[in-house]
Amino acid sequence: MDSSALIGIWIAAGLTLFMYSSLYKDNPFFRFGEHLYLGLSVGYILIRVIYSNFIATLYVPLFEERDYWLIIPSILGISLYTRFFSKLAWISRITFAFLIGFGSGLGIPRIIAGGVFQQIEKIITPLGTQLTPFEYFSGILIVIGVFSVLIYFFFSWEHKGLVGGVSKVGIYFVMIAFGASFGYTVMGRMSLLIGRCYDLIDYSSSKYYYATIVLLVVIIAVLAVYELVLKKKEQPKT
Amino acid sequence: MRTKIGFLIIALFISISSFPAFAQEVKALVTPENFTAFDTPNDAGKSISLTWLVSKNNDQEGVYYIIYASQGSSGPWTQVDKILSTTAYKSEAPQYFGLKESNNQYHFYEVTGIPGVVESITSTVYFKLAITDGDNTVEFPSVVSAAPEGNFFDTSKTNVLIFVLIFSFLIMFFISLARKNPNLFVRHIPGLDAIEETIGRATEMGRPILYLNGLLDMSSLSTIAATSILGKVAKKVANYDSQIKVPCYDPIVMSVCQEVVREAYLEAGRPDAFKQDNIFFITNDQFAYAAAVDGLIVRHKPAANLYMGYYYAESLLIAETGAATGAMQIAGTDSITQLPFFITTCDYTLMGEELYAASAYLSREPLQLGSLKGQDYSKAFIIIVLVVGAVLSTAGYTFVVNLFKTF
Repeated sequence: MDSSALIGIWIAAGLTLFMYSSLYKDNPFFRFGEHLYLGLSVGYILIRVIYSNFIATLYVPLFEERDYWLIIPSILGISLYTRFFSKLAWISRITFAFLIGFGSGLGIPRIIAGGVFQQIEKIITPLGTQLTPFEYFSGILIVIGVFSVLIYFFFSWEHKGLVGGVSKVGIYFVMIAFGASFGYTVMGRMSLLIGRCYDLIDYSSSKYYYATIVLLVVIIAVLAVYELVLKKKEQPKT
Repeated sequence: MRTKIGFLIIALFISISSFPAFAQEVKALVTPENFTAFDTPNDAGKSISLTWLVSKNNDQEGVYYIIYASQGSSGPWTQVDKILSTTAYKSEAPQYFGLKESNNQYHFYEVTGIPGVVESITSTVYFKLAITDGDNTVEFPSVVSAAPEGNFFDTSKTNVLIFVLIFSFLIMFFISLARKNPNLFVRHIPGLDAIEETIGRATEMGRPILYLNGLLDMSSLSTIAATSILGKVAKKVANYDSQIKVPCYDPIVMSVCQEVVREAYLEAGRPDAFKQDNIFFITNDQFAYAAAVDGLIVRHKPAANLYMGYYYAESLLIAETGAATGAMQIAGTDSITQLPFFITTCDYTLMGEELYAASAYLSREPLQLGSLKGQDYSKAFIIIVLVVGAVLSTAGYTFVVNLFKTF
């Protein structure tokens, strides 16, 4: 096996075990893994912003392809940094106004068309004679569900009496939906965990010089020593 | 002789009786009526529409229309497409032609480019039509042309515009009402009382409060609501002389949070207690941020964790770590997919719009209060539409469904 690939696998196995070590408690391995991950992510994002955003979408088109229209968004972008200077901070509001205006103009019609209209259209679809009893039941259930959930999220009335009863029905609908969503997502997360475990099992083979097993033993041994040292330090001197 | 004459009569009869079938095939290849080209309505000006009348003679299985295009009126002609004569109707494009019944009477084809000649159409293009049944192909002489044009208004979205106007009117009306009377009624939200309880608990325990603003930037409504709640929380923290830590995902959100907390400490009369370093930027990477927040929770063991704003897959990682340390946790998010995780791991959860409602409830700011009331009455309007629409459409009045069609 290629030595660089082997080193990569040992690092991957080691860092995975470092992160899982937090299941025991906060320890130097987890802290090392956390800070390494944090530092790498910041460094990676910085480089990506410089190359993908600054050079590829601003420097090259503006200075090499002479696309002078880009001066306007550049000024708007730079003005965001005026927030760091209290006297000039008002300038950044122009960019914020532009961003919010543009975002709202683009987003609101989309949300109304996709989020509101499509739901209304589906809900008020006629219950015709060609439907099966289950489809009838689903249709009625959807109307009751949407109606009661909307009542729950109505803030201008106190949840008392009839409104309270209907909103209680609404919250049951919401919780059923959340339960389904929870189960579905947890299944996904479990499959990610299983995938990671498969990798660790794979890395414990002789092909990778027992990377997982060796690293696990080292981590456990170092943690045991670390705990002993800590306990000794904590013991009051007699 | 009689037999010969008989055969002759039979042969003549067969040939005459088979003639109409042959004549019908020839008759099938008739010139399509009303073949027209025009700029496609409701688009950005990159295509041309072709329509022609449906013909009972032409439209049958195995017969195809062939569309030719050229940049000049006399050619050279390039085949754009070959479509089955029983397909491609105007009614299949309601975003351009609405839901009129007469749309079934026309064929429709949208041309966006000429293969091998131009990728997208920007100037006048000429078109002609041919028909083929596999054996015979007839090209029709009429040539039509059109140039594409961008449209400023998309008429297919008129219903959306009307709704936006109604909602905007309601919101603006209630904002003006809230300016006159900032005590407009907003129902009690249980999670809000818990905030005071958590701050008190943190003070008693001598541990800090952790406050997260979510993973979106300052242009997001949930982040705005989260920073608004942060102001109120920070003021209470300053009054109790407790500590608040705000790790941020976005540098601009961080600077806004610093200002908000500073102002809250000023309002509480404790500017000396404000520590700018407690509101800090971590990283823009989702899971690195989650790892760092987890580390913070594990090491500093905050007495209370408040998760407001928008979250993604990191929500459970953070909230579960918080729950494991025994902290009291309150979440508020409009991220529907993450709400189940907060509900299972936090003591109180503000669901969806409750986050905005909490922000309005605490701040009593006319803009937020008016928006909330406006949205409430918009919801009331939707409820009426749902109930009335469901009854009417079931009774056979399907026009109500068409009012909410989106293309």
